[in-house]
Amino acid sequence: MTTGLDHWILTLVTFIPLAGALLLLVAPRRDRDLRLFALAVSLLDFLLSLHLPAYFEHQPYASDLTFAGARVFQYELNRPWIRVPNIHYHVGVDGISTWLVLLTTFLTPLCVLISWKSIAERVKEFFILLLVLETALIGVFVSLDLFLFYFFWEATLIPMALLIGMYGHGRRVYAAIKFFLYTMIASVFMLAAVLWLYAKTGTFDFVQIQTAIHNGQVENLTLAAPWLFLGFFVAFAVKVPLFPVHTWLPDAHVEAPTAGSVLLAGVLLKMGTYGMLRFNLGLFPEEARRNASWIMVLALIGIIYGALVAMVQPNLKRLIAYSSVSHLGLVVLGIFSFTALGLDGAVFQMLAHGVSTGALFMLAGILFERRHTYEITEFGGLATPMPIYASFFLFIVLSSLGLPLLNGFVGEFLVLSGAFRDRAVYGILGATGVIWSACYLLWMYQRVFWGKVVHKVNDSLTDLGVRERAALWPPAVMALLMGVVPLVWLKVIDGAVHSALLPLAQIASRGTMP
Amino acid sequence: MSPNFHLWLIPLLPLLGAAINGLFGWRFSRQLVSAVALTFSGAAFALGLWVATQFPSLGTGLYRESSAVWIRAGDFQADFGFYLDQLSLIMLLIVAGVGFLIHIYSVGYMWEEGGFYRFFSYLNLFLFFMLTLILASNYLLMFVGWEGVGLASYLLIGFWFTRDQAASAGKKAFIVNRVGDFGFLIGLFLLIKHFGSLDFETLFASIRLHSPETQGAGLLTSIALLLMLGACGKSAQIPLYVWLPDAMEGPTPVSALIHAATMVTAGVYMIARSHVIYDRAPAAGMMVAILGTLTAFFAATMGMTQTDIKKVLAYSTISQLGYMFLACGVAAYTAGIFHLMTHAFFKGLLFLAAGAVMHATGGEQDMRNMGGLRTKIPWTFWSMTAATVAICGIPPFAGFFSKDEILWQAYASARGSWLYWLFGVITAGMTAFYMFRLWFLTFFGEYRGGRAEAHLPAQPGGRGSGHAGGDDPHRVPSPSHGQGGIHESPKVMLVPMVILAVLSVVGGWVSYHHTFENFLSPVFREGGTDSLVETRPTSTGVESPVEEGGKETLFMTISVGAAAIGIFLAWLLYLRRPAWPDRIAHRMWGLYQTVLHKYYVDELYAALFVKPLINGSTNLLWRGIDQNVIDAGADQSADLTRRLSDSLRHMQSGNLRSYAGWVALGAAAVIGYMVWIGIP
Repeated sequence: MTTGLDHWILTLVTFIPLAGALLLLVAPRRDRDLRLFALAVSLLDFLLSLHLPAYFEHQPYASDLTFAGARVFQYELNRPWIRVPNIHYHVGVDGISTWLVLLTTFLTPLCVLISWKSIAERVKEFFILLLVLETALIGVFVSLDLFLFYFFWEATLIPMALLIGMYGHGRRVYAAIKFFLYTMIASVFMLAAVLWLYAKTGTFDFVQIQTAIHNGQVENLTLAAPWLFLGFFVAFAVKVPLFPVHTWLPDAHVEAPTAGSVLLAGVLLKMGTYGMLRFNLGLFPEEARRNASWIMVLALIGIIYGALVAMVQPNLKRLIAYSSVSHLGLVVLGIFSFTALGLDGAVFQMLAHGVSTGALFMLAGILFERRHTYEITEFGGLATPMPIYASFFLFIVLSSLGLPLLNGFVGEFLVLSGAFRDRAVYGILGATGVIWSACYLLWMYQRVFWGKVVHKVNDSLTDLGVRERAALWPPAVMALLMGVVPLVWLKVIDGAVHSALLPLAQIASRGTMP
Repeated sequence: MSPNFHLWLIPLLPLLGAAINGLFGWRFSRQLVSAVALTFSGAAFALGLWVATQFPSLGTGLYRESSAVWIRAGDFQADFGFYLDQLSLIMLLIVAGVGFLIHIYSVGYMWEEGGFYRFFSYLNLFLFFMLTLILASNYLLMFVGWEGVGLASYLLIGFWFTRDQAASAGKKAFIVNRVGDFGFLIGLFLLIKHFGSLDFETLFASIRLHSPETQGAGLLTSIALLLMLGACGKSAQIPLYVWLPDAMEGPTPVSALIHAATMVTAGVYMIARSHVIYDRAPAAGMMVAILGTLTAFFAATMGMTQTDIKKVLAYSTISQLGYMFLACGVAAYTAGIFHLMTHAFFKGLLFLAAGAVMHATGGEQDMRNMGGLRTKIPWTFWSMTAATVAICGIPPFAGFFSKDEILWQAYASARGSWLYWLFGVITAGMTAFYMFRLWFLTFFGEYRGGRAEAHLPAQPGGRGSGHAGGDDPHRVPSPSHGQGGIHESPKVMLVPMVILAVLSVVGGWVSYHHTFENFLSPVFREGGTDSLVETRPTSTGVESPVEEGGKETLFMTISVGAAAIGIFLAWLLYLRRPAWPDRIAHRMWGLYQTVLHKYYVDELYAALFVKPLINGSTNLLWRGIDQNVIDAGADQSADLTRRLSDSLRHMQSGNLRSYAGWVALGAAAVIGYMVWIGIP
């Protein structure tokens, strides 16, 4: 199905937030109007982005296959941008990036809602940064030109670091600089790899480079491939973040304003796993296979270590941050299992984690607005003064710990089952995560919500207001939908995953031939 | 033309009830909340009954429907599919029936409590998940129900969440169950990896095709053991039984429905459902039987020393579940399911009656403060009596038939052993002892609770523990508790109890002429012939040889005798010579303390798992590795860079001579390098 929008839809979705930001720039400082405008822009962008899955051309399920190279990238637009060097404005999405774009456009309006009152100063700058960030994030997922990709990749850093540094809490500057340096330094390795590829192929175009590599038209590739693989991998691993380069994350989260945390955990981390899928697997399948075992070990350490450290955190936000380390480890485990189940699950888990952890950070932010602290010992018994809030929180906790019929379960189950099929021990170790996640989440829930109210000040806390409920219903409903009808997502993902696995399967069969 | 049962509606109806009460219940009156909860749970039961009446028309006794694809990824697929055979039909009737009765009872029991709507929403939610578990046509959907009942259990144990014990007990139940679910999951992964499907029919067909030899003998055994771990969690067997006694923190109807009659039997059901696997994994079967026997035995010993009426019943439940495990372990699935059914009647009733006792005494749970209640609450007394006699295995009450069947199979089955039987019989004796101990302490002798009441006139709710929930913030002062003295429960509570009492008496008679066994036998039959593992029928059947019949009569006599001894001892110690128990306890102080403290297993687990995990995570992983190694490393490298830049900065001194020096040095180095690698 082709509509007139098809070529321009991605460009529109990507740049509408930026246009909104530019308009905000010249708008008068009437905070209420600024907020409404930002909400309208982000909502409009979300509605437009619904076009992507609605008209997505499904590829058949891999198991139904006679699979003859169906269109991988859709809604493509490819125009020369800069002649020398040869940079194109090439955008397009497949079954994986479609949903990541949707995740971004879904979370941004919620970020606007949740920042309604908590951001009272420099409101204009805040929403400008938020919308610029949205454009950069979407740009990362739709770029099919490596230069363009790198451009958006680095472009996400600036608004995010500013959001943390300007609107954060106590040690915000330390956290912002740490976040910036950590990810910036790692990205340099990716830049080197990208430039090497350009030098050898004369193009930044992802599809052309992929074809060239696949057909063996790149000189010296066998020598360089391990380094190129590592160059990309380091940049992505820091972003995920994979153990042991994860320590920027808790600091960034604790200091970031709520909206920053939501986008950081919800979308920014997925840039790393998305990059691994697209570039590490897409360009260097042989290297990916060769390096899989130690990467999976790091992922496993992340799952278990992240969960155990999360368990003993005295700070609510830090706890959620470490739980992200654990959940993202699961995604990496799925990606490097090279099974359809594992990859489907990994992509699904990215989305599920975006929704549930995004919501968890929103919930933490709501509490912070009332008490100006994240220390768990400051709470206790909150289910009594805030029953609605407690119900939402429990629902999201359950989705995060992978209760069946909610979103976390599907991804977790598929990833672990895929990892188990690939290497049984890894699957077993990863599956201990189901125990750990119950431990840290339910213990935290008990300490915050159950028991008697111990601090007098908590007695008079107000329950959720209309605006807060409006911000929490969408992720709650989404968590349920993704758990009950995951097929809506999976059938789009599965085709893309199959194309991603195709070269790997060829390697495997080539490997057994001689 | 096979009929369309719309099985999917059966679980969905209670879910609707849960959603309505959960979302809007806070605006409803109590009458409306109960009406919604009873309508939807009753409708599920009615639908179940209708299905049962239509069931014979199926002929093959198999029915399945697939509503929609749930998950599909790569070559793996799982459906929202429902499956009905004799086994799930029996489970359906037990769960929906007992569930509905306990819903009715709860209306009376919970009437004075805050969070009324919340309670019924959770209770309906439980029915939804439990019915899903039973009717699922594949393991993954079964797992949905499996985890879901765990959630409902968590919510209901922690119903009075302001009390710390309740909150901790709920969390403990969920986490311990998750340990079991971990095993269940790995079992499923193995099934997917080697058989490619989780659908019961497809899966079992391909397992039947592959005998253990071709698949590697260990595979089916590993799968069976992993599933068993899951079953141990849900059905509170060694080593994962520790959550069930704590779960008594929940309201008593919850203990009756979830932690006695239905949810905890899910493990037994799951093993029976997986009999195709267990039949081919004798080692795993043996493990199940051993765990069941040990659990039955040790839980019974712990039951003998408890003084809290609900704790006694909790250990009794664990012990009875052990019997069911034993039956499944020796491949006598029919006997296991039979006992599951009778147990649902009498144990459900025991809890309801215990609730009625607590209701009467203003929330008292300690049996030492009861006594002489026989005449004051006669309906409760007589119901409790029926259930007590039933659980002790006195003919012709329900428990006699099912327990006798299990004990006989424990010996006579091809996988049986006299050891299983011996422990089983000793356990039967202990069961009779602790149950009659409870019975005598509660209903006979002098009432010993008056003092406590006299001391606490201002607290109509009595002790904070138990159903009174004195700490509950929503609690309204209840006019019915305590003030009028000891009083019989309202009809809405008594009627379900009487119905269950009747079932506890007659429920075992369905085994007459092997009716129950023959009904279930198609499920466990292998390929049109007999079951893979031979089990021997009881003597009431005409086909059994004469000497077998004689032996069985002997065995039956022994087990009834053991029960009689238990009853006699209970009478002696708790009615005739009430001073003796203390003296005996003093005589065997060490043993008594060990048993009283439940063999210190909770303490052991805390020392072995909980503390090391928390301390290790805090000190080693977080403070150690995360902060002192990784983060300190990152900060130091930043510092190093700064210092390095700082010193390098001095090179840019603006001093021309020093620049010239650096240039000369560089040039010399380059020339030297070129000479060294041999460039002319």
